Amino acid sequence: MKVALRGRRLTCERDERELVENLDLAVNDGEILRIEGSNGSGKTSLLKILTGQLLPTSGSLEWHGRSLTKVRGEYLETLLFIGHAPGVTASLTAKENLRWSAALADIRVDDAAFEHALANVGLYGFEDVPAGQLSAGQQRRIALARLELIPRPLWILDEPFTALDRAGVGWLHERILAHRAAGGAIVLTTHHEFALDERVRTVQLGVVHGCA
Amino acid sequence: MAVHEPDQTLAPRGTMSACAMQVRRELSIAKRRGSEWINPLLFQSLVIVLFPLGISPQPKLLATIAPGLLWVTALLAMLLSLDALFRDDFADGSLEQMLLSSQPLAALCLAKTFAHWLLTGLPLALLAPLLGLLLSLPVTGIAILVTALLLGSVTFTLLGAIGAALTVSLPRGGVLLSLLILPFYIPVLIFGAGAVTATISGGPAAASLALLGAMLALALAAAPFAIASALRISVNG
Repeated sequence: MKVALRGRRLTCERDERELVENLDLAVNDGEILRIEGSNGSGKTSLLKILTGQLLPTSGSLEWHGRSLTKVRGEYLETLLFIGHAPGVTASLTAKENLRWSAALADIRVDDAAFEHALANVGLYGFEDVPAGQLSAGQQRRIALARLELIPRPLWILDEPFTALDRAGVGWLHERILAHRAAGGAIVLTTHHEFALDERVRTVQLGVVHGCA
Repeated sequence: MAVHEPDQTLAPRGTMSACAMQVRRELSIAKRRGSEWINPLLFQSLVIVLFPLGISPQPKLLATIAPGLLWVTALLAMLLSLDALFRDDFADGSLEQMLLSSQPLAALCLAKTFAHWLLTGLPLALLAPLLGLLLSLPVTGIAILVTALLLGSVTFTLLGAIGAALTVSLPRGGVLLSLLILPFYIPVLIFGAGAVTATISGGPAAASLALLGAMLALALAAAPFAIASALRISVNG
């Protein structure tokens, strides 16, 4: 068992608004948890709680049965996070961005591995172009190249399908399913639909009142 | 511009390597942007060049105010550059990647701060002798000036980085940063300028330099952790 994340009665308040209330959730090996909700319903806040950046107003998070705050270091070693802002520096090339990500993740690979990872996300030939000169979708692909390069069991992705073209969406969809098939776990916020037979659990946030 | 990469068969590993990579990343960014390290130097040079025009070109008067003027301009140049220290990383999500990496955040912050010092404090200290000569600073004071600036600028960078980390998520955080950090710069300024003035007038500068060193040691030991905590608070404010 590599991934065993459990949230009990999570509540998150922001600006005196309850975004998440008494939410129970669990993520284990081979599972996809999809967090859905309208804009401003607290998806990103919930991800911040799940990554241990933000403490829930009440409730607890456990990693392998122990409080997340106590095993933070251990938890971060299994986590690959791609946020809403993808963490791609505009003035660095695609390869330099990736090399920095690899160093942060303590990954030891040769130059060919960076090129391979970038080729897999459709950036062959763009390795040495500053990210700022690439399109939003291509910048997103640089961030997604981390999925290829850094083997971590738990992925937490905030709107990973944003700015991708149809081929990119298809690729990422398959990549997520492949990661699950390999025993990994994925938590993502998205409006992207998974087919019913793909066994994806969905958490619905912010059930809107008074909206037709 | 081609980036010269050594034939690297193995990418780095471990915290030391991550820090080395962090420094390299900052230097690459600065090389492409340019303004980050040129602006402070330009600011200081312009003030020093214009000052005699505004006051009086008398060598004796200029030599008296030279130590203080060089220190104040170096301080302001550094303060102005620190505002941007974490801003871009915060905006593009890189900061979040650092916070969630498995490397110790304090070490990464120290590496980032060190890179910033290489780009601002070090050039300012190295430029100071030239600007000192423009102000008719006696040659006897030059060595002490550079030494004191080298020590003091590191302290400036470390302390300023705490302020930059605290204000990174605020709009117009620059003003707050200046107000927040300036009081902590004053002791460094007093002893830094004091060391140079003492040397010129033939007195001992060792005590002032020792105090600068002590302040540096204290900042070096405590600041990385303060920066890391401040970043964690800011990013989730």
